[in-house]
Amino acid sequence: MLPEGQRRLRLRFTKEGKIRFTSHRDVARMWERALRRSRLPLAYSQGFSPHPLVSFGLALPTGCESRGEYLDMRLEEAGPGEIPLPDLPAALSLLLPDGITVEAAALIGEAEGSLQQEVASCDWELEVLGVRDEELQERVEKMLAAPMLTVRRERKGRQTEDDIRPAIRTLSLTSTKGHLRAELATHPRGVRPGDLVTALGTPAVPGRACRTHQWIERDGARFEPLVVGAFGTDGDATQHARRAFPHVRDGNQPQPGGSPPGADGGPRQL
Amino acid sequence: METLWPQIERILPTVSKPARYIGGEQGSLLPVHDAGSVAWLLLYPDTYEIGLPNQGLQILYEILNERPDALAERAYAPWVDMEAAMRAAGIPLFSVEQHLPAAAFDVLAFNLSAELVYTNLVNMIDLAGLPLHGVDRGGADALVIAGGHCVYNPEPLADFVDAFVLGDGEEVVGEINEVISDWLRASPPEDRDRGALLRALAGLEGVYVPALYSASYEDGRLVSTVPVGPGVPAEVAKRTISDLADWPYPARPLVPLTEVVHDRLNVEVFRGCTRGCRFCQAGMITRPVRERPAAQVREMVQRGLEWSGHDEVALTSLSSADFSGIEDTVRDIVDDPDHGGRVSVSLPSLRVDAFTVGTAAEIQKVRRTGLTFAPEGGTWRMRRVINKLITEEDLYSAVDAAFSQGWRRVKLYFLIGLPTELDEDVLGIAELGARCVEIGRKYHKGVTVVASVGGFVPKPHTPFQWFGQDTVAELERKVALLRNEARRTRGLTIRWHEPAASVAEGLASRGDRRMGAVIERVWRAGGTFQEWSERFDLSLWEAALDAEGLSVDEICHRDRDGDEALPWDHISAGLHRDFLWGDWQDALASVAVEDCRWTPCYDCGACTGFGLEHVVASPVPPAGGSQGTGQDLSVGDRIPVRLVSRAP
Repeated sequence: MLPEGQRRLRLRFTKEGKIRFTSHRDVARMWERALRRSRLPLAYSQGFSPHPLVSFGLALPTGCESRGEYLDMRLEEAGPGEIPLPDLPAALSLLLPDGITVEAAALIGEAEGSLQQEVASCDWELEVLGVRDEELQERVEKMLAAPMLTVRRERKGRQTEDDIRPAIRTLSLTSTKGHLRAELATHPRGVRPGDLVTALGTPAVPGRACRTHQWIERDGARFEPLVVGAFGTDGDATQHARRAFPHVRDGNQPQPGGSPPGADGGPRQL
Repeated sequence: METLWPQIERILPTVSKPARYIGGEQGSLLPVHDAGSVAWLLLYPDTYEIGLPNQGLQILYEILNERPDALAERAYAPWVDMEAAMRAAGIPLFSVEQHLPAAAFDVLAFNLSAELVYTNLVNMIDLAGLPLHGVDRGGADALVIAGGHCVYNPEPLADFVDAFVLGDGEEVVGEINEVISDWLRASPPEDRDRGALLRALAGLEGVYVPALYSASYEDGRLVSTVPVGPGVPAEVAKRTISDLADWPYPARPLVPLTEVVHDRLNVEVFRGCTRGCRFCQAGMITRPVRERPAAQVREMVQRGLEWSGHDEVALTSLSSADFSGIEDTVRDIVDDPDHGGRVSVSLPSLRVDAFTVGTAAEIQKVRRTGLTFAPEGGTWRMRRVINKLITEEDLYSAVDAAFSQGWRRVKLYFLIGLPTELDEDVLGIAELGARCVEIGRKYHKGVTVVASVGGFVPKPHTPFQWFGQDTVAELERKVALLRNEARRTRGLTIRWHEPAASVAEGLASRGDRRMGAVIERVWRAGGTFQEWSERFDLSLWEAALDAEGLSVDEICHRDRDGDEALPWDHISAGLHRDFLWGDWQDALASVAVEDCRWTPCYDCGACTGFGLEHVVASPVPPAGGSQGTGQDLSVGDRIPVRLVSRAP
């Protein structure tokens, strides 16, 4: 249960351009500073060295861009002068470095799971250098046909071998030369976009990579933790989510997110 | 000039910590490069995470960018992997703001805070595409200048640096800018006379142009460094700003996007120190004491926190607990309702002798930052020699206060290899540490006392400049002695700095002009980042010394006579040579001196020479006495002292 008066706020933001070379921890620090400057009434943990109750979603590998990053935080009761929710994305964006833009903010219910647990897969746009499109197409087909794809990678300083094939849900070329679109599962073990491209075989080398969407799956439906442009309270978020996801039945837990009235609420076209 | 970003972004995925190279910090600027502005590249010759917080560089960055006739960007030393990738891709040294090549700048200005970075300075000049040596540079090449504490012995870098700037940079940087601006406007690049620029710079107070001086040697030993040509001063004295209140900088401190050291708001509360610790170069060369008004400190803290979003502020100086009214200032920050009780304060250099329970309590209200005391010497006799006047009782009551307030871990700083040091002084470190552990056990079961031990390097412009430092073997012997003794106490940990690094630091800080060729050889052999233990290699230095026919014993391990020419004799930090020599003799007789902020003047020269006075808000020393004031200095003089000569 949320302590008396506390609220849960979810934000969606981008990480694009030069700032892609900062780490997940770096981004966490930028947020902590920006939130302190925003004077939002952050809730703090109890104990000897209290820290703000902010939790970040899936780590984005250093060097990758994203158009769909999330963070959840707990706020104390709203005080006078608090930035209204609809103004929050723009206000926070001003306090964040170039390349980080807040695109949605919504209060979510306590029942909502954590981003780490809930996000089942991510969409990626991957640039592949070193091979022409026809060759790339062949390799993608071969990869999808393979029952197993073992890659060697370093984890916590040790060399490991992992089968990444189960994590590849979809993989296809886009209309842009040398670009792939992939949906990659996050459980039980994620696959790094760079590892995927390397697994295509030499001379294919990873170029830029961008996470475009994160997906939550529930009751056979797939939806984003928060849709671009969403803002509002629990109630209207549910309403918008219903419009966006009509197959979600009444009586279910409220959807965390929604879209501005009139928008189609679906994933943004790339 | 075109930005190099498209080339740089191609290599960044292949290097470690790429965020070091992207810029974009809050507070960083994207100045327009136009013909009317002198373009400065401010360089810190170490990694981004070490260099970014440097306050001197940030102050000059703001002052220059506020001028209509100047602009400034920054550059840091690329780490080894990045340097290799840059060289392979043909990418020169670049600014982090707009990723412009170093060649887009009129001035490369280095901050030198540590001597072991000298090979990095050489490397950065090379990466910039400039001729390595000043004599080979022409009218179209950038001017290379350097400032910071290290330049009080500029001679080891005289080959590479066109002009050194001594002392506080706030005022002189504008004067330098005007000289360069006039020179740039006077003629097109191909007609520019570099000699004219150097002569004009040498006319500025506080600016030393090594090319206008000649060093001579007899029997392999320096005998003089004298000006060549008319109008060049025989001695160059440092610049000193009289009032810190006139310079509330940095006003918009840089907030980095990635992890750096000292990642917090830093507010300088005073400059200078007159405690008179004889080993401390910073204390000697930055006199007199100039306090920032407490109201301005509060304002800078307030604005800085709002600006940066930091939750920690460090009140910086050489001894912040000496700041008049420090307890009120700390309390005001910690209790400010605007910060919601979530801002912590750190005092990077705590005074042991007046560290009160009150201050400890204030600091730990928000969260316990590390607590470090610096007794420096293991026995009272040793501490009188070095004039670090902390009695055992002072230390124990400070440590008692800390443990009673809830700290479980205390760090103590010591030096070994000090003048007149005996084995019992070294063993005294273990004794002090063991007693501190014992005090801690009164309050907690598991306490840790870390004694961190550094090998002493005698620095120019200190009373110990005539002292020959310990050899690597002697330092290693003393460390072993100490570790062995400390093993008897559970909870006492000894940490020590690489003794070999102290010797290289001695070479770089005490050498004369001939050291330039040694530094160049170390660099050519791949010896960059020598201040990083994983990169340091004394054998590179030894080989370079051999090749140049120089000896480490001659430069580092030999006590000097009072009448011997020193490489920095033509450089003045305002201190009379008589004062330094007298203080050296006092040290050998273990005679201590009081802090002159609150006692009669010793005529060191720092105030009188510049027509300055201490700027101190409080006319009386802090409660508990400070550095000799209110102490009985005759206590405990047990050992007759003579300077022991050192076997090579």
